[in-house]
Amino acid sequence: MSVYDGSALEVGQVVAEEEYALSRDSLVRYAGASGDFNPIHYRDDVAQSVGLPGVLAHGMLTMGLAVQPVVEWIGDPGRVVDYQVRFTRPVPVDANSGALVSVVAKVGALDDGVARIDLTVTFEGATVLGKAQVRVSLA
Amino acid sequence: MTVNQELVGRVFPPTEPYLVGREKIREFARAVFATSAIHTDVATAREAGYSDLVAPPTFPVVVQELTLHQLLAEPDAGIDFTRVVHGDQRFSFTRPIVAGDELTATLSIASIKSLGGHSMVTAESAIVDAGGGHVVTATSTLVVRGDE
Repeated sequence: MSVYDGSALEVGQVVAEEEYALSRDSLVRYAGASGDFNPIHYRDDVAQSVGLPGVLAHGMLTMGLAVQPVVEWIGDPGRVVDYQVRFTRPVPVDANSGALVSVVAKVGALDDGVARIDLTVTFEGATVLGKAQVRVSLA
Repeated sequence: MTVNQELVGRVFPPTEPYLVGREKIREFARAVFATSAIHTDVATAREAGYSDLVAPPTFPVVVQELTLHQLLAEPDAGIDFTRVVHGDQRFSFTRPIVAGDELTATLSIASIKSLGGHSMVTAESAIVDAGGGHVVTATSTLVVRGDE
């Protein structure tokens, strides 16, 4: 079921690309699934009271979906051995139009049966996750 | 309020065991837009060599969350929850989490650094199974904004 061929991978190669349409429903669903009920993720008034433009996506939701194109490519979530991100910019989710998050996954390094996949995760053209790296086992 | 530097090196008591359920994995997988049948279909997970459904890579945050509550509730920590922003996150796996795992997390504070009036608290939660075997370590850097 796996679609990769480790020997054919090259540094710089794009292995997956995907877009995710977030809505307020997505945020409520993630709040329930994760147990993170911080109201800045579902109440504009609370978000604005702490100086935010409005409701934001959970950083952990953005992190959670950004790895999915890599999981689909490699075919097995158990091959993810390490995953890290830096939260550099919030993703505001409009009540009506939502937010479209784009993910591009590229081979960053190949080392001893492990590929480091670097993610570029953007919203409205700006990067929202820094140093987003997934290490997947190819063995 | 400033973050107590004496937290560095502190190891908290292990959390109560968290039993990973199939429906929780399915619910979480759907919430993070995961599509792999290894998260949702037991037969597919077994064909792939796992004993049961495999949790998505960021699922450990559910268990880690219990430890972050311990940190924020620590009376001498000096951390005001309303001033905390999530800076970095990392998951380092020995093996994936599967349904049926009974997980316990132990929090330790790896470092506290000051940067431009803010404090960067690095919290490591080591998550082990019922047999004491390491499953995953979840590391968060929390940015605690200084007084304005």
